[in-house]
Amino acid sequence: MDIRLTDSQRAYRETARQFTARELAPWAARIDREGVTPPSVLNVIRGCGFLGAALPQDKGGGGIDEVSYGILTEEVGRVCSSTRSLMTVHNMSAQAIARFGDHEQQERWLPDLCSGRKVVAFALSEPEVGSAADAIETKATSDGNAFRVSGTKKWITYGLIADLFVVFAKLEGAPIALVVDRDSEGLRIEPVTDIFGVRGSMLAQLHFDEVRVRKERQLGRVGMGIRFVANVALDHGRFSVAWGSTGIIQACLDACVAYSEQRRQAGRRLKDFQLIRRQLANMLVDHTASRALCYRSACLRQRRAPQATMETSLAKYHASMAAIRAATNAVHMHGANGCSGEYPVDRYLRDATVSGIVEGTHEIHQLALASYALRRPYLD
Amino acid sequence: MTLDVRARIQRYIRIAVGSDINDEDDIFELGLVDSLFALELVTFVESEFGVVAEKEDLDICNFCSIAALVAFVEARCQNDEDAGRTWTSD
Ligand SMILES: Cc1cc2nc3c(=O)[nH]c(=O)nc-3n(C[C@H](O)[C@H](O)[C@H](O)COP(=O)(O)OP(=O)(O)OC[C@H]3O[C@@H](n4cnc5c(N)ncnc54)[C@H](O)[C@@H]3O)c2cc1C
Repeated sequence: MDIRLTDSQRAYRETARQFTARELAPWAARIDREGVTPPSVLNVIRGCGFLGAALPQDKGGGGIDEVSYGILTEEVGRVCSSTRSLMTVHNMSAQAIARFGDHEQQERWLPDLCSGRKVVAFALSEPEVGSAADAIETKATSDGNAFRVSGTKKWITYGLIADLFVVFAKLEGAPIALVVDRDSEGLRIEPVTDIFGVRGSMLAQLHFDEVRVRKERQLGRVGMGIRFVANVALDHGRFSVAWGSTGIIQACLDACVAYSEQRRQAGRRLKDFQLIRRQLANMLVDHTASRALCYRSACLRQRRAPQATMETSLAKYHASMAAIRAATNAVHMHGANGCSGEYPVDRYLRDATVSGIVEGTHEIHQLALASYALRRPYLD
Repeated sequence: MTLDVRARIQRYIRIAVGSDINDEDDIFELGLVDSLFALELVTFVESEFGVVAEKEDLDICNFCSIAALVAFVEARCQNDEDAGRTWTSD
């Protein structure tokens, strides 16, 4: 596998780096501290083209290749996981609309989602349902040319500001996916506050009380809501979280290199202690390995290889675990300073922890990857 | 063509589920694969047979057994031929 970047990918990385340094880095600590993404930052993200970067060009998206999208996500994730999570949920939900929406649905929603005029969130989880998504309790009943939707969705990333939601419900026991407007009658949106990591991601709980959703807003077929629509979206989400986690590892390494060069104990710089150097080496290995798995996943996705889904799961599982490991060691290396909020490493640890839960916990990926391990050698 | 399609699908599925199954067996119902495998199968038929699974095709009925996959691929190839598109098997 050749993972040399093309000139345009390199240029894209440079643009993303400059953008994140200028527009996100000055805000990242505050977004985390205050648990909110300020409207000015949201406007910048909406307007800069990142939200629609990977969406179809004929609908106004950037249509960039998988590696470029990964690089973009890594760069944003390196600086601010909250805004990275906005890109994740918006892209995964919009990709589901692009894949499963009919012509009319695509024309109705995609141009606004590509341009960032509208933001879409992903509403699958519920207070009592997480990993076992097939068991969702939100119900849809048929009512003429519409469905009536009732139930509760929880932990919805950027649900507080989203204009649209891709919502999963059961119609007579069969999962369906619906695109629901924020201002639908009977939909109440309340904040979920004090979250441990990605604290600026403006989580919401959505209460649906007999919300009327026209049938023309259904994505895909009845019964395929989770197996196809949600899974396609989650596959995009995992790709994004994998790259975002790789960005966190890079951020940990950057912070630790800087700190170990500056901090002195017993008359020596930290970087001169062998045990500190071991940690730097481990972080470097974790970053390189995670990035290599992300590139592999990107290349397989680009050529639409069958194993791309599982290799994306593999990349997400590895990168999120490695990010937690790197961030834990980064906090340790910073000593008390690492626990103080004066340095960014405690944020990295909290954000990395969330990466290990969203789009499938470690355990859920372990289960899937174990099955893959049993057959993978034959497919490669 | 049928034999070739069937043989290639049988090979892929049998490697994946790790056992000798019948063409009619529903691999999802039998719990032989997890739900992510449905996505993998979509990409497999698209890349292996050069067909495109349209939105309305994305129904588990088309992907749940060797027989269903063969029927799906053949129907898609027939559609493509009728529409004057060329079909390459590799
Ligand atoms: C910050 C944040 C943002 C989120 N954003 C969204 C969003 O935008 N949209 C959305 O729909 N959801 C969102 N979620 C929810 C997220 O997808 C779920 O938290 C995740 O799927 C896990 O579900 P759960 O929290 O209910 O944990 P549970 O499923 O209850 O799992 C609890 C523990 O049990 C383990 N476990 C569960 N099943 C098994 C099993 N079969 N075998 C072994 N171990 C198992 C898990 O790995 C975990 O360790 C978000 C969550 C967070 C924290």
